[in-house]
Amino acid sequence: MSAISMILVVVVAFFAGMEGILDEFQFHQPLIACTLIGLVTGNLIPCVILGGQLQFIALGWANIGAAVAPDAALASIASAIILVQGGQGVKGVGTAIAVAIPLAVAGLFLTMVARTLAVPIVHIMDKAAEEGSFRKIEIWQVIGICMQGLRIAIPAAALLFIPSTAVRGLLESMPAWLSDGMTIGGGMVVAVGYAMVINMMASREVWPFFAIGFVVAALTDLTLIALGALGISFGLIYLELKKGGSNNNGNGSGGNTGDPLDDVLNDY
Amino acid sequence: MAEEKVHLTKRDRLAVAWRSTFLQGSWNYERMQNGGWCYALIPAIKKLYKTKEDRASALKRHMEFFNTHPYLASPVMGVTLALEEERANGAPIDDTAIQGVKVGMMGPLAGVGDPVFWFTVRPILGALGASLAMSGNVLGPIIFFIAWNLIRWGFMWYTQEFGYRAGSKITEDLSGGLLQYVTSLASIMGMFVLGSLIQRWVTIKFTPTVSSVKLAKGAYIEWNKLPSGANGIKEALIQQKDGLSLTARKVTTLQDNLDSLIPGLAALLLTFLCMWLLKKKVSPIVIILGIFVVGVLGHVIGIL
Repeated sequence: MSAISMILVVVVAFFAGMEGILDEFQFHQPLIACTLIGLVTGNLIPCVILGGQLQFIALGWANIGAAVAPDAALASIASAIILVQGGQGVKGVGTAIAVAIPLAVAGLFLTMVARTLAVPIVHIMDKAAEEGSFRKIEIWQVIGICMQGLRIAIPAAALLFIPSTAVRGLLESMPAWLSDGMTIGGGMVVAVGYAMVINMMASREVWPFFAIGFVVAALTDLTLIALGALGISFGLIYLELKKGGSNNNGNGSGGNTGDPLDDVLNDY
Repeated sequence: MAEEKVHLTKRDRLAVAWRSTFLQGSWNYERMQNGGWCYALIPAIKKLYKTKEDRASALKRHMEFFNTHPYLASPVMGVTLALEEERANGAPIDDTAIQGVKVGMMGPLAGVGDPVFWFTVRPILGALGASLAMSGNVLGPIIFFIAWNLIRWGFMWYTQEFGYRAGSKITEDLSGGLLQYVTSLASIMGMFVLGSLIQRWVTIKFTPTVSSVKLAKGAYIEWNKLPSGANGIKEALIQQKDGLSLTARKVTTLQDNLDSLIPGLAALLLTFLCMWLLKKKVSPIVIILGIFVVGVLGHVIGIL
């Protein structure tokens, strides 16, 4: 890997680390992080595929309140670097994913450390606020963000200096039954992400839509975009019918003015 | 104090909206988003307050505890801007009123933001992008990135402006029908798409052979009786098209039997198992590692 590639990898890792806490541009999502690593190292396609597969696993990972989710940033950056260093191309994706999972857990601890280290930072900002110093608050906010960036950039840089022959040797010493089994596990593991999302969204009202989605996908060749269009149409139809139903039961002739939802929609 | 009223221009509000991108930068276990919140408000405080004491007390009151969904901080930000503007113009709004509005709004709004953004919009966009990416298509990540950031920025700017205009009335407005409508539509579409994604993307293949039947003569291609050369290939393809089996034995695996019920049944059951485990408070990490162990063991003993 050339020096420029290595610097760019560290930069990408830095951005992913920042985003792991900010959660705005989504540079820390596997789909983006792996693709960027692939782009700067010239291994675009295998990394895009890795990103896609990891994204499915990470679908339900989210920071809720003060709880910390498994760290998608470290998992995607490190597994993409390992994929590139291993030099196996698309064939290495299965093993890279298997490595990513323990890394996501390790990243969780790093996140907790960083969030604890931020406590003294806001104490310094408190002092700055008392002095009425805008600049100091701004500087320490930026330092806080950089600390989060380094949380991923440092491990990424360390991985770069482990010679690729060592990574490759380690991966090749893995017996076939283990890597095949890992690939099989990788096919099933996405169910966990879906299960988390369903647990959040499911209610008696929406379960039938889940069943329809499953059956339609099983017995047709519709693409995901077509399925998405079907889903949103079902939703619109259902809410429209529900609205009409409650209207008619409510005041018989159900005029538009009696409908609070319509009024709200008209107001916007 | 100046006689004229100070107003926050669109430029000021845009500066605040841009800075609220970095809301969580100094997220800490003590007061969570407080540092980023204060950081985001700096352009407004600079504009509204001129004396050092006023500025210091404004900064201090915005270093208090704050935590919500990062995008839904924007409407709270808008309301706070409106309140601070009135206060700077002499309205009797004290520190507790401002803190009260912030705390009063952050809880319910976080409750809206997590299911809508983290559990509906991101999984759907992510799955759409990932399904393209898995076939090596670079459009997958690009679509995800652009769509997400358009939605995010549009939402943050619009709701901050909405909060700014509505002032302290926003809390009542948000409990109205529009938000509920959007939430139900999102969850219906989400469940539909999830149902199809589980069918398409969770892969389990059981390999054990259930039966192996010798086929009758004429039901399979007799390779040794084909003419040689290209003609033989042609003949074989024609016979296959007519429905002849490639081998003399018909092998049925457990997977074939399951698929004749409905393809993807095992994936569905696995998902239900995961949901049940999650409800039992089993950590997702434990489940993920467990699935890998099952995958390897299952492969070694030959059922997967």
